[in-house]
Amino acid sequence: MEIKIQTKKLNFFYGDHQALFENDLIIPTNQITAVIGPSGCGKSTHLRVYNRIFELYRDQRAEGEVLIDGKNILEPDVDVLELRRKVGMIFQKPTPFPMSVFDNTAYPLRLHYKLDKKKIAERVEQSLRGASLWDEVKDKLHSSGLALSGGQQQRLCIARAIAAEPEILLMDEPTSAIDPVATLKIEELMDTLRERFTIVIVTHNMQQAARISDQTVFFYEGRIVEYGETKQIFTNPANKQTEEYITGRFS
Amino acid sequence: MKISMMKTDSCFKGICWFCGSLVLLLTAGFFIQLLLASTDAWKEFGWRFFISSEWNPAAEKFGALPSIVSTLITTAIALIFALPLAFAAALFIADAPPLTSSILGHAVDMLAAIPSVIYGMWGLFILAPLMQKYVQPFMVNTLHMDKLPFVNSTYNGFGLFTAGLILAVMILPYICAVLRDVVKMTPAVLKEAAYGIGCTKLEAAKDIILRYGIRGILGGILIGLGRALGETMAVLFVIGNIMNMPKGIFDSASTISSTLASNFAEADGLQRSALFALGLILLAMCLCIQLLSQYFIHATKAKRGE
Repeated sequence: MEIKIQTKKLNFFYGDHQALFENDLIIPTNQITAVIGPSGCGKSTHLRVYNRIFELYRDQRAEGEVLIDGKNILEPDVDVLELRRKVGMIFQKPTPFPMSVFDNTAYPLRLHYKLDKKKIAERVEQSLRGASLWDEVKDKLHSSGLALSGGQQQRLCIARAIAAEPEILLMDEPTSAIDPVATLKIEELMDTLRERFTIVIVTHNMQQAARISDQTVFFYEGRIVEYGETKQIFTNPANKQTEEYITGRFS
Repeated sequence: MKISMMKTDSCFKGICWFCGSLVLLLTAGFFIQLLLASTDAWKEFGWRFFISSEWNPAAEKFGALPSIVSTLITTAIALIFALPLAFAAALFIADAPPLTSSILGHAVDMLAAIPSVIYGMWGLFILAPLMQKYVQPFMVNTLHMDKLPFVNSTYNGFGLFTAGLILAVMILPYICAVLRDVVKMTPAVLKEAAYGIGCTKLEAAKDIILRYGIRGILGGILIGLGRALGETMAVLFVIGNIMNMPKGIFDSASTISSTLASNFAEADGLQRSALFALGLILLAMCLCIQLLSQYFIHATKAKRGE
């Protein structure tokens, strides 16, 4: 098993409030890792360290190490723009940019790569196909991305994320704001994306975690209680808290 | 008891209705009065009033073109300088630490509270001499900007360019206030998405934030535009007040509003009527701008479902 991400004693603070405690975690390459746990337990906070997006907010800071391909990305000399190209993020609410479907998908290409028009069009199509969206939008590439349905918008965001050719995709409850049919589509899509990307998904939906993930991490009050193979976590958890959570005794 | 209350209520309703309509009446009144007072000029010159550049009280020949052109040029110069400044300031204020943000925000708002006559004095005693001594020589002798069209090789510190600069400072707070709101109203998650894909601050600002709030921004620009079109006092001090067609941006000239302010005192007969006609043109321009800006700001809110 190849290690893609490894955190060592990761602590996280919102001002004076500590939100993560000594997180030690290993995320294997080309697998789907599901992060579960009750609301406010630090799942999203943990995820938001991987692309250093938390740095947009003045009072948030992370301590410890986050190794991606063996390099600590919390070091000050890391090129954050390149890190964020490498580590794509999908949010809870779809976030299409206020531009056309085509331009949404082409945006990261224009940002990170110098490509001619033809090449960009090719890569846009590839990315939209990769996000299982091409057939639905190929006739309205130049209408606004905001005009799509919620589920389509979310897949557009996935297309945009994979257009940048990242290695890791972070998904922060990507299906919590969209309907069950669209959710199913995204889950199927994730299954195909696993071959190309290392995926870390935060989810509130236990069935979703069980259905799609290879590895599951259980968070409770800012600590990683347990992580391991999804099958083992769901059938034979080592920790009592994990068992109580996945059997729905608390949430 | 009940009936008397209903009476007061209908009375109150009547008063409100009256006050509400009064606003409309006043606006319409301005139009009608200006139209009536300028009838002679329209009869005499007709549509040629718009394209004639002669302003000769002795010969009773009047044309609006020089003042319309001067108004548009000063306004354009004001926007060219105010826009980038306002956008950069708005971005900084919206993103700065709370204390800095609030101090700077208030400071920008204060610019709007400075009476225009103060701007005029500043223009006359500080800006115009500075322009003559340093800025214009630099533009002409060092940058050789007089090779460009509409830039004169002679200058004296006064004229369209200086007036435009003063206007830029004056409209800055209005544009900045709107831009600041636009930046602040951009959803945090959209900004995160932009940075999350590897945008620099500049890229996120121009590609995502600007685009997201484009209608609000246009509204803000139009509000600034309206202010610049009608501003009189500050312009009067530095424009030079010559009723000639300007040949370049360093020329002395006269905008519509400065023409009105400086000529009414000794005007009568046809000249008076021509001045009213100028006033009508200015009012129409400003109202159009105002309506457009209302439309854009309204459309931004509608898009967000407010």
